[in-house]
Amino acid sequence: MQNEREFGFSTRALHAGTPPDPATGARAMPIYQTAAYVFGSTEQAAELFALRSYGHIYSRISNPTVAAFEERIASLEGGLGAIACSSGLAAQLCTVLSLAQAGDHLVCAQTVYGGTVTQLSVTVKRMGIETAFLPPDGFDAIRAAIGPSTRLLFVETIGNPSGVVADLRALATIAHDAGIPLVVDNTFATPFLCRPIEHGADIVLHSATKFINGHGTAIGGVLVEAGTFPWRGGRFPLLSQPSPGYHQKVFTETFGEYAFLMRARAEVLRDIGAQMSPMDAWLHLLGLETLPLRMERHVRNAAAIVAFLEASPDVAWVRPPQLGSIFTFGLRGGRDAARQFIDALELWSHLANVGDSKSLVIHPASTTHSQLSNEELLRAGVEPESIRLSVGLEDPDDLIWDLRNAMRAAASG
Amino acid sequence: MILATTAQVRDLLRAVRTIAMVGASANPLRPSFTVFSYLRRQPEYEVTPINPRLERIDAIPAFPTLKAYAGACGVPDVVDVFRRPSELVSVVNEAIAVGVPAIWFQYGVVNDDATALADAAGMAVVVDRCMKVEHARFCGGLSTSGLNSGVITSRRRS
Repeated sequence: MQNEREFGFSTRALHAGTPPDPATGARAMPIYQTAAYVFGSTEQAAELFALRSYGHIYSRISNPTVAAFEERIASLEGGLGAIACSSGLAAQLCTVLSLAQAGDHLVCAQTVYGGTVTQLSVTVKRMGIETAFLPPDGFDAIRAAIGPSTRLLFVETIGNPSGVVADLRALATIAHDAGIPLVVDNTFATPFLCRPIEHGADIVLHSATKFINGHGTAIGGVLVEAGTFPWRGGRFPLLSQPSPGYHQKVFTETFGEYAFLMRARAEVLRDIGAQMSPMDAWLHLLGLETLPLRMERHVRNAAAIVAFLEASPDVAWVRPPQLGSIFTFGLRGGRDAARQFIDALELWSHLANVGDSKSLVIHPASTTHSQLSNEELLRAGVEPESIRLSVGLEDPDDLIWDLRNAMRAAASG
Repeated sequence: MILATTAQVRDLLRAVRTIAMVGASANPLRPSFTVFSYLRRQPEYEVTPINPRLERIDAIPAFPTLKAYAGACGVPDVVDVFRRPSELVSVVNEAIAVGVPAIWFQYGVVNDDATALADAAGMAVVVDRCMKVEHARFCGGLSTSGLNSGVITSRRRS
């Protein structure tokens, strides 16, 4: 018997979305590795296609294992529901195309991940959707940039790699005063450290590849919607006007608070085909079970590494994390020393990812952010000598041993 | 009594058997048709359309008024309402006259006077929720769509 108990975060990280499998009683979530699902009758098939009943049709649109992951992350973020995608960028594109079309406009923080800047400023722009990039703390400029055709305001909880934490409450107020939703990429914080919906966000995005997965075993993304934004107003015709993509259905009339999630899945995910695979969803589900334990240790280990770097004579500057375990620092030897340092590391993995249980290192200016111009790099908070660390779960003494040896190697050239 | 919590709404849905749907439509584009189609396929419910302009929906006979339905079939356990907000007070008055114990106002079907009237008459009242969605929350439907059902359990669903 379900009662009204509000279960805690760790309990939901283990249980939300995964009651025992109704078909077999399996306690672990089975991997439903199937492309399609047999209908009970032609009548049931028609009801499913018309969105008049619930159930699975085809795994491009929904799958039981993927749905379990979606429900769990929705629960942890405090959202109404979620849609999993093949990557974080796919979840972002799914969000944009659910709300905007040619002629529309977006406002985005300029401190976001380089891949987000490229997606919006090149690929999405080619679809006729323009984006203004602005500092996330420039509230007056953001207010001024939001016009009648603006459909969303986009920001990261923690800028990548700048580490700047956005004032989500202030940005939510600006967005809502202008009648648009606040979309927040919460990848670096995870719902364990920050739940943007509690601060006014309407849609939360993740690259599930990072802390959610936790082990670097699969690419994935997910969008979560709060369910409180008034889509019924005339500002979002893709939701409130008859849809040619779905039998002239008006999503806000038929689905109420679920309008955005239903259109994003039934039309946009269906049409872009960027769904998450059942196997990958299972890996992300497993990762979420230990998210609270891992995040505590990530944060504790990051503090130990920051203390070591701040005391090191070879270090020019450290930008400690305001939140989380990803941050940047610079060596006195500049860009060349950064490269020699990275090449000398033994235990830290040099790769383009963050949020793994293993400690990671990269030089953003020549890798993740290399598509950006020098001007864009500085706007994004990336100095030429910046080294980005994603502190993992190893013994901190071992991590420090490796950093110290690599600094010696860099100093001796 | 206005049912505000999900558990109260669930208990109502478990208690009712006969549903009179005021404003049910035969037009597949209308939300009321979607909800009618879903509910009438649930084995625990008997759903009847109330609409003076229709003879039947999907071969299920419609009644012109709640009074006519009650006269033929008895008092329904709940009235599910799909009408314009301006017409809700008269719907509630009709429900009171028949002695309906519970009334459910669907998404956007909101009129504060009608809600207060039903509440004062002792009815269980649900406002601005969808009967299809709330039913699906506890029988696994929402979970198939990645929606947050709020259900946490280690018991196997029977």
